[in-house]
Amino acid sequence: MSYSVEIKNLDLSFGAVQVLQKLNLNIHEGEFLVLLGSSGCGKSTLLNCIAGLLEVTDGQIFIKDNNVTWAEPSDRGIGMVFQSYALYPQMTVRGNLSFGLKNARVPKAEIERRVARAAEILQIEPLLDRKPGALSGGQRQRVAIGRALVRDVDVFLFDEPLSNLDAKLRVDLRVELKRLHNQLKNTMIYVTHDQVEAMTLADRIAVMKGGKIMQLGSPDEIYNQPRNLYVADFIGSPSMNFLAGHLVDGTFKVDDMVLPMTGYHFADAQTADRPAVIGIRPEHVATGPLAADAPLQFHVTIDLVEPMGSDTLVYAKLGQHLFRVRMDGQARVKAGETLPIGIDPARASLFDKKTEDRL
Amino acid sequence: MADTALHGPKGPKPKKMLSRGNIMLYGTLIVVSMYYLLPLYVMVVTSLKGMPEIRMGNVFGPPMEITFEPWVKAWSGACTGINCDGLSRGFWNSVQILIPSVLLSITIASVNGYALANWRFKGSEVFFTILIIGAFIPYQTMLYPIVIMLREIGLMGDLWGLVLVHTVFGMPILTLLFRNYFTAMPEELFKAARVDGAGFWGIYFQIMLPMALPIFVVAIILQVTGIWNDFLFGVIYTKPATYPMTVQLNNIVNSVQGVKEYNVNMAATLLTGLVPLVIYFASGKLFVRGIAAGAVKG
Amino acid sequence: MTLASDIPAQTSKRPTRLFHNLMAKIASIPMILTALVVFLGGTTWTIVYSFTGSRMLPRTNWVGFDQYERLWSSDRWIVSIKNLALYGVCSMVFTLVIAFTLAALLDRKIRFEGAFRTIFLYPFALSFVVTGLAWQWILNPDFGLQSVVRGWGWESFTFNPLNDPNTVMFGLLIAGLWQGTGLIMCIMLAGLRGIDEDIWKAARVDGIGTIKTYLVVIIPMMRPVFITSLVLIASGIIKLYDLVVAQTNGGPGISSEVPAKYVIEYMFRAQNLGQGFAASTMMLVSVVIILIPWAYLEFGGKKRG
Repeated sequence: MSYSVEIKNLDLSFGAVQVLQKLNLNIHEGEFLVLLGSSGCGKSTLLNCIAGLLEVTDGQIFIKDNNVTWAEPSDRGIGMVFQSYALYPQMTVRGNLSFGLKNARVPKAEIERRVARAAEILQIEPLLDRKPGALSGGQRQRVAIGRALVRDVDVFLFDEPLSNLDAKLRVDLRVELKRLHNQLKNTMIYVTHDQVEAMTLADRIAVMKGGKIMQLGSPDEIYNQPRNLYVADFIGSPSMNFLAGHLVDGTFKVDDMVLPMTGYHFADAQTADRPAVIGIRPEHVATGPLAADAPLQFHVTIDLVEPMGSDTLVYAKLGQHLFRVRMDGQARVKAGETLPIGIDPARASLFDKKTEDRL
Repeated sequence: MADTALHGPKGPKPKKMLSRGNIMLYGTLIVVSMYYLLPLYVMVVTSLKGMPEIRMGNVFGPPMEITFEPWVKAWSGACTGINCDGLSRGFWNSVQILIPSVLLSITIASVNGYALANWRFKGSEVFFTILIIGAFIPYQTMLYPIVIMLREIGLMGDLWGLVLVHTVFGMPILTLLFRNYFTAMPEELFKAARVDGAGFWGIYFQIMLPMALPIFVVAIILQVTGIWNDFLFGVIYTKPATYPMTVQLNNIVNSVQGVKEYNVNMAATLLTGLVPLVIYFASGKLFVRGIAAGAVKG
Repeated sequence: MTLASDIPAQTSKRPTRLFHNLMAKIASIPMILTALVVFLGGTTWTIVYSFTGSRMLPRTNWVGFDQYERLWSSDRWIVSIKNLALYGVCSMVFTLVIAFTLAALLDRKIRFEGAFRTIFLYPFALSFVVTGLAWQWILNPDFGLQSVVRGWGWESFTFNPLNDPNTVMFGLLIAGLWQGTGLIMCIMLAGLRGIDEDIWKAARVDGIGTIKTYLVVIIPMMRPVFITSLVLIASGIIKLYDLVVAQTNGGPGISSEVPAKYVIEYMFRAQNLGQGFAASTMMLVSVVIILIPWAYLEFGGKKRG
């Protein structure tokens, strides 16, 4: 098998509360996998199970084809980076980096070699003899990454590593992390609630909810072909526009409007008529000259305008429905005006209203 | 309009230092302070006077002729019954009780608190709850069973028996203190150390202990004053030869034989109070922290 | 291409449940022994033996409730209970009032706050024995306060609580308050400091006076602090022993006896163990009666909410 990490039928419950349910996940060698979800979805719990910091109720975990379900965290061949950095405050940076190696009784010369290499990769050589208290947030997180790096392991686990940093530093470190992954090519499992981090870093994203994986796929799949209403709603900011209606003979009917779904790629060509929900991303709504080229054209009344610099978010009324449209930052529109818009059914998403699954 | 804006109140509002409120406030505080300071003052001046001066004079008056005789006698010559070697014996007994009691109780409680905070096992919380409830049980219901236990292990009347008793009765509050402290430490630190391969003792000694120094100081202050000031356990679990200082002090001052030497009594009382007082004035804020921590038991 | 792991991630065996967290369990043995053997076991033993006629040594000659009947028909016990009730109520009321007032005064952003706090708290560092002996001397009728005031010219001044059966408990109370109010003041002060500054700003904007703000807004907000203080004062009152032994030794006569002293005298001096066990069981019962409503308020309420 060429999987780096395999999770089979993992169950975890605290008392009566089931946190993870029959969870299966295979992670490829060298893959950057992001576990994404809102708080309480079980993403951090899953990561702690992989690390061996939580005992599973049922199921198995394999790392590099070894069954590590009952192994100690330090015996699993993983390194871990925490949200609060979790640096040992009384030790110097060098002490922090070598603590794990000393516990594993790695020879002294080897420890020095690995610390020096990690410090070089992360550019923290001048900080080696300082204590964590004397470091900035970004430097601390680099040391925390270094602590995982010196262990020379194949799997890195990241538990919301950038959440404690301010916005600008977060972007910088995000880029660095991506560069680090390109350089090291380890398997990385990364937990976050920030969808921008997920989209930018991941090879594949696992969107989680209620201890289950709602969708596992590349950022492109997650964004453009959400497999159910939850993922469609969770991904994207501002979030997708949803209109509830009926699917009748390959057309979508909402109120008295009829939208022919020509060009939409149905999962099953013989999809029967049923109550359904259509989802359209605000940025997939064509405005201006492009609106005239779209297969479907409407007129909406502008309710509210939010200029955001890079683009303009327009809240408009389509019939009785509130409809968000993302326009260019230069767009000069005012509340009360009528706006012609165009929609391409090929870029929309259709969901079964009952099962909430993509059609 | 513009005029009123210019001539109205402007700049900082004038304040009166000697306002009626301030006089009341500081006046009350100073009067109350005198009530609190009075006994200490009276003890000090009494202990420095000779007996003739005490018999004729004013208890609040400063000594006309300062003498350290009472202090010397209290330390090395005051009598309890037939023994006339003063408080010094009690002092050394107390020291011999204090040091092992403090070390043992804090060692056990810190490891216990750490285990409860980071390595919970089935039933650990139940035992802890019983321990905390135990802190509210009047000591009187446990006094005699402990006599039997100490007799069984041959430590009744021995200093080490009293050390054990202090360790046992210090355990609820100290365990709570350490457990709360370790629980408040970031959990991720503990997780990181586990990923780094450190075990139960490795994490305790290398990660937790260096971070817990302030709470150790608080615990030491709490225990030193508590054990030094103990009277009940000392009087029950030791014999006259091993009486701690408080018990001996009470026997000296309240002995019915002989003429009462109030100056010696007050010197003896001050001597007994000296150790906790020194700790109190030296530790300052930490003492307050310690008793505040001790206060939130349960 | 991938880096080799230096720690073999072998398939490990699940340890049996007993050895799971073995070190934590070993480290907890002292706590478990203390909780089960001394606290639970000792208390149970005392309760059981309170139903025996044990005298010099514990014996299992069951006598039913005889010890309790004897206890409640003993003048000395009744006096002890009455004394403790009087001391307890006064101590609670005065401690709370004085401690809160002092804390509020210190919280008015005054100068020398540290010095005042040090003065109010230092008696707490002293033992009850030292406290009792110091006040015994100050209240000494021949040389202490009374004689000093008489010396100033007020010849008829009488303040001799320790030798008057009717007022001796107040003599103890003066000493007890001196020793213990500082602690409660510190807790109250911490509670006051924990109150959001914005509450004071809001009260000022609303035009509520300082004293009224304390009474109407601050005190209700400090309910948990008051409860902690009450529990603390109460547990101190039940333990009242050293102070009495040092200051009055129960006298004059039996007029300042307290239950804790009764227990110890019967167990270790009068060689009437059964009587001592019964009395200590009654002390336990009274603690339970105080603790249950408190535990219900503190923990029962939370569960429902």
